Amino acid sequence: MRKLLLATTMVAALASPAISPAVADEIKVGIILGFTGPIESLTPDMGSAAELAFKEVSDSGMLLGGKTIVSVRADSTCVDSAAATTAAERLITSDGVVAIMGADCSGVTGAIANNVAVPNGVVMVSPSATSPGLSDMDDKGLFFRTAPSDARQGQVIADILKSRDIMDVAVTYTNNDYGKGLSDSFLNAYAKVGGSVSMTAAHEDGKADYSAEVAALSAAGSKHLAVFGYVDQGGKGIIQASLDTGAFDNFILADGMIGDSLIAAIGDDLNGAVATLPGAETPGANTFSSMAEKAGITVGGPFTGESYDAGALIALAMQAAGSSDRAAIQSKLMDVANAPGETIMPGDLKNALTILANGGQVNYEGATGVEFNSLGEVLGSYKELELINGKYETINVR
Amino acid sequence: MDTDTINAIVLFSNFILVPGMTYGAQLALGALGITLVFGVLRFANFAHGDMMAFGTMIVVMITWWFQSLGITIAPLPTALLALPLAIVISMSVTLLNDRMIFRYYRKKRSSPSTFVIASTGVMFVFNGIVRFIIGPDDQRFTDGERFIIKAREFKKMTGLDEGLSIKVSQGLTIVIAIILVAALFWFLQRTRTGKAMRAFSDNEDLALLSGIDPERVVAITWIITAALATIAGTLYGLDKSFKPFTYFQLLLPMFASAIVGGIGNPVGAIVGGFVIAFSEVIITYAYKKFLIYAVPPGWAPDGLMQLLSTDYKFAVSFMILVLVLLIRPTGIFKGKVI
Repeated sequence: MRKLLLATTMVAALASPAISPAVADEIKVGIILGFTGPIESLTPDMGSAAELAFKEVSDSGMLLGGKTIVSVRADSTCVDSAAATTAAERLITSDGVVAIMGADCSGVTGAIANNVAVPNGVVMVSPSATSPGLSDMDDKGLFFRTAPSDARQGQVIADILKSRDIMDVAVTYTNNDYGKGLSDSFLNAYAKVGGSVSMTAAHEDGKADYSAEVAALSAAGSKHLAVFGYVDQGGKGIIQASLDTGAFDNFILADGMIGDSLIAAIGDDLNGAVATLPGAETPGANTFSSMAEKAGITVGGPFTGESYDAGALIALAMQAAGSSDRAAIQSKLMDVANAPGETIMPGDLKNALTILANGGQVNYEGATGVEFNSLGEVLGSYKELELINGKYETINVR
Repeated sequence: MDTDTINAIVLFSNFILVPGMTYGAQLALGALGITLVFGVLRFANFAHGDMMAFGTMIVVMITWWFQSLGITIAPLPTALLALPLAIVISMSVTLLNDRMIFRYYRKKRSSPSTFVIASTGVMFVFNGIVRFIIGPDDQRFTDGERFIIKAREFKKMTGLDEGLSIKVSQGLTIVIAIILVAALFWFLQRTRTGKAMRAFSDNEDLALLSGIDPERVVAITWIITAALATIAGTLYGLDKSFKPFTYFQLLLPMFASAIVGGIGNPVGAIVGGFVIAFSEVIITYAYKKFLIYAVPPGWAPDGLMQLLSTDYKFAVSFMILVLVLLIRPTGIFKGKVI
């Protein structure tokens, strides 16, 4: 044991002088996403997308006179607020990151913001936390998100159902901030367009069997089931049990339910499902897709564009402020995202850095058409998707 | 009978009877293992859930191997073919485990609570081994035909509004459970070894006096328990999915079943399994649609007619457990009390 300790100390002692010269030119930015947990199949691509933006900025050699951004990854677990808070604490105090890209799931995002980021004055840009509850948080202007609040998604789903003349549904949601928030906003919006919800039931993730939930939902008598859950978790179980018992054949899926693993697991029976996904066919989306493909990121994966944008915004804010200081980043984030200024598309970050270095202004549009409201949240547009022959086809953009 | 009544019956069968029977049979097989260990070795084996996971993991891996060789027994799942070999492996592991851990405490004549703590340790070890070998994720190993009757086909066939679906895994669970239980009771009641086990369970000292070899009884108990655990785990995995964590969670309803029925009593374990399974489904089901069919028009309720939200599904078995322990601590059929 003592030898091990000694060896560790020696390695640390040898390593630190080797690193320190580089430190001056490196800016650390935290990426905190659920690399384990219910959305672990989505997060690697999200992390890589943000790192793609950092790499683009670093390679340009234009950031604050040639500095580079180094990302430090941490695991938010998506569900365990205590673990996420500890991980964020580590990023901020021991790694000394200047800003955080993340977190992903709404519950842990709120916990990190309230317990760590806001008290320490560190900016957070979440690419995927969509709970409406986060809008009401006392964030002192430090919390931003590039994914729209579910208050908007609930409205969009209600509109889509009305346009398809589906006026009676049963709703099941995953029992957390995301599921509950989306479900509430949908119920509100759906009631306003004249729809009726026969039953709402929460489901817990990670169970082997959802037949009791499905039995209760189907007993209410609706023909359509709206599933606001996670693709690798309870949401899949609910759909499987619904099809097995013949309880429901028609599904309405929210963004968390979109993923190839679901299509692979369920097969043809899922065809005809209607789904919503944030993002539109903005001019930047196509550019980003080809960039993502080159970088080995799944094209069309949920929240990858948002992640790239979150990363890019943090970098541009530094440049605009002329400093990688935590408070400086906060002061400029809103300015670089919104008009006035030169419109910036993905892949165009070098140009943006040059403009900012020369004292100009930029209006970052990015992969998803970022435009912040006064709360630091994008309004966002949603794709209306339909699953046709095992592939999601975009029907409409709302 | 008019169509509405038939519809009501079909609806009830589809959402309560079939799932309840299947889940009940799976719990009963698990609870039987717990009850046997409790009866003969006199301790609550907390490692049972993870022994199930271990056995099922072996089945899953042999199934994959068979599938890669192209050996299948369609329309039945290949897992059935893998079962015998997997049972032999998990029996050996269980015996080895007994030799390495529990025998030591038997020699020392440790108290039942020491055994329980030791079994908790075994639980964590198995828990770790399973995750180490196959990982914590869902594993799919079902193949062959999925349904005996599909809901949609049933509707077409009968012209009814309600569908009935029975999965192959559900049919298999019930058939295999009946065969196993019959064989087990025959073994316990009719064979010399079975009688020795019961004698040992009734009164250890008397059994020893009449020349029963305790190590042999213990070994046979573990062998039967390992077989039951592997089969129960495989049936559960075929019917739902194989994920190590859910097997750990099964430990609680299985213990509830064993205790409600009367721990140490095999008949009690089976009855307990069905009581727990059905009470979970019956109490959380929304009866609105059922009543629309069942009662005369105009009497149908507007509300959902649901006693408890499905969120409380797991609470149901524990309510029953608490009630049984308060009112009749020996369980429905007289079991043992420590």
